[in-house]
Amino acid sequence: MGLRTEIAAVLSLVAVALAGCGESIDPNEPQGFIQTKGSDTIVNAIQQTAEEFMKVYPHVFVAVTGGGSGVGIASLINKTTDIATASREMKAKEIEMAEKRGVYPKEFVVAYDGVAVIVNLNNPVDKLSIEDLHKIFTGKATSWKEFGGKDMPFVTLSREVSSGTHLYFKEEVIQLGQKGNTQEFSKKTLLLTSSQAIVEEVANNEAAIGYLGMGYLSDRTKPVQVGQGDEFHPPDVENVVKKAYPLSRPLFIYTDGEPEGVVKLFVDYTLGPAGQTQFMDTGFVPVAQETQNPKPEIRNKHE
Amino acid sequence: MTKPQKTSLRGAQRRGNLPSRALRLLRFARNDIERPAGAGRRLPRGIGEPIVEWCIKLSGFAVVGFVFLIFLFLLRDSLSLFREYPLKQFLFGTEWLPISDPPKFGVIPLLLGSVLVTFWAIVICVPLGVGAAMFIAEVAPKMLKHVLKSLVEILAAIPSVVLGFLGIIWLGPVLRDVFGLPTGMCGLTGSLLLAFMALPTIISISEDALVGVPKTYREAAFGLGATRWQTLWRVILPAASPGIVAAVMLGIGRVVGETMVVLMVTGNAPVVPHSILQPLRTLTATIAGEMGETVGGSEHYFALFAVGLVLFAITFSINLVADVFLRRARK
Repeated sequence: MGLRTEIAAVLSLVAVALAGCGESIDPNEPQGFIQTKGSDTIVNAIQQTAEEFMKVYPHVFVAVTGGGSGVGIASLINKTTDIATASREMKAKEIEMAEKRGVYPKEFVVAYDGVAVIVNLNNPVDKLSIEDLHKIFTGKATSWKEFGGKDMPFVTLSREVSSGTHLYFKEEVIQLGQKGNTQEFSKKTLLLTSSQAIVEEVANNEAAIGYLGMGYLSDRTKPVQVGQGDEFHPPDVENVVKKAYPLSRPLFIYTDGEPEGVVKLFVDYTLGPAGQTQFMDTGFVPVAQETQNPKPEIRNKHE
Repeated sequence: MTKPQKTSLRGAQRRGNLPSRALRLLRFARNDIERPAGAGRRLPRGIGEPIVEWCIKLSGFAVVGFVFLIFLFLLRDSLSLFREYPLKQFLFGTEWLPISDPPKFGVIPLLLGSVLVTFWAIVICVPLGVGAAMFIAEVAPKMLKHVLKSLVEILAAIPSVVLGFLGIIWLGPVLRDVFGLPTGMCGLTGSLLLAFMALPTIISISEDALVGVPKTYREAAFGLGATRWQTLWRVILPAASPGIVAAVMLGIGRVVGETMVVLMVTGNAPVVPHSILQPLRTLTATIAGEMGETVGGSEHYFALFAVGLVLFAITFSINLVADVFLRRARK
C-alpha cells in the first residue's frame, strides 16, 4: 500500500516536472544537442566557445570531447559526432571512405596555429632549425651537446598517432615536407596521450623535447625559436600571421554536409566574433586577423 | 556460523530495520519456525520452482553465451585483417606503424611490452601479496586481521586513473632520479603500479586458501612439536599452494588486461623492449590509444581487433590454468 502511494507520488512529480519543462521553453527558441569530437589542440578553445554559446542559447547542449583529430574525423565518418575538430586536413583516403558511407564532409577554417617545440626551462638551447628537429626526432642526433646543450640523450615526446599535430609534425619535420619521403619518428619516441601529458613531462625532465599547439604554451616550459635557414622566430601570433614561423598551420572543423539547425548556429557562432575571441584568448590566431578580412574564410572542396 | 547471524537478525528487528513479516520469512527460510501465514501462497510449489530454476539456468547459459559471442566477434573482425595483411607479418613483424603508408602491423613490440611489464609486476607483487596473506591468515591478531582485510579491499577500490596520475607526477620522476634514467615514463613505473593493483586479488584469494587448510593439519604439526613458523612454512603453505597459484594466475590476468595505468605511464614507444627501464608499449594501451581514431571496417580497425584476439588468448589461457589449480585446491 505504502509503496504504491510513493510510486504514484513520484510519478506525479515527474509529470509535473515534465509539464513544467514543456511550458518554460519558447517554441521558437533553439534547443537540441550537439556533439563535437576531435583535436586535442583546440579542445580547450572549443570548450570555452561552447560554454559561452550555452549561455546565449541555454536550451542547446554542446558536448566537447578531445582524443585527437583522427578520433574526430573517424567519428564523423562513423556518424557518431555532429562536428569534427581537426588540426590537419582530411586525407583523400578519409574523404573517400566518408563518401562511401554517405557522409559529405564540409570544411571550415576556425583558426590558425603554430606548432610550438618546447623544452625544459633549464635547457640552454633556444634555437633549432627544422633540420635540427628532423635529426632529433628521427634519432639521427643523439645528444643535446650537438646543439649547444648539456651532454644528455634526447627524450623525444610525441602525441599518439590519433593526433593531427602528430601527422602534421611527421609530414613537415620527419619527412621534411617531401612527398614520398617515408621516414618515421625514431622508435624511441614516447607517444603520449594528451598535450597536457607532454607539458608535464617536459616541465619535469631536462632532457625532454616535445611539440604541441600554441594554445598549450605556458611559463612551465620554454618554446624554442624555430627557423629555416638563418632566420629564427618564436611561435607567437605575430609570426604565425606573417607566416614567418615555419610550423604554421590552419585548424579546421568539419560537418556532415552543409550544417543545419543548431549545428549551423554553433558553427556560425564559432566563426563569428564571439567564438573567435575565445580562440584568441586560448592562444590561437583568429581567422579574421589572419586574412585581414572581417568575414571568416570558408572553404569547401566538394563544390 | 549461524549463531552471530541470529543475534544480528534479532538486533535488526530490535532497531526496527526489518519489518516483522520479512523477518518471519527469513527465519522460515532458515527453518527456525513453521511457515508463516502467507508465505509461498502466491504460486503453487509445482509452478514456482521450475520457473526460478529456469531463470537461473538461463542466466548461467547467457554468461557462457556472451563469452562465446565476444570470442566469435573478435575472431570475425580479426580474421578480416588477414585477408589484406599477411598473418606472418602480423605475428612476427617488429614494427607497429599503423598510420604510415603502407601501414605495418607487427605485434611483436606490443606483445613483448606486455610480457615484460607483466613479468616484473608479478615478480614484485607475488612475494608481497603471499607474504601479506600469510600474515593476515596466520600471524596477525584478530583486530589487526579485520583492519588489514578491509584496508586491502579499499586498495582494490582505487581507480586506475588515479594510480596512473600518481605515476606521472610522482613515481615516474622518482624512478628517473633513482635509476638515473632519461625519462620516468618507462616499463618499471607501469610494473610497480600494476603490482599495486594486483595485490588485493592475490592477497584475498591466497588468504582464503590459507584459511581453508583443515585445522587438523595445524594441530598435527603442533602435536609433532613443530614451531609456528615451521607449521606455516612446511605444512600450511604447501597445503594451500594450489589456491595460491590460482591467486597468482588471477593476479597475472588482472595485470595483463589493465589498460589505463600502462597507457598513462609507460611512454608507449612501439619499440622492441630490451629492458624494463625503457619506454615501451603494451597490447592494451595500443587498443585504447588507437581505437578512437579508426574508421569501422578499415585495416587499422581490424588490426586492433587482432591485437584484442592476442590479448584474449593470453588472458583465456591464464584463467584456464588458474581454474585447473583452483579445482585441484578444492579436491
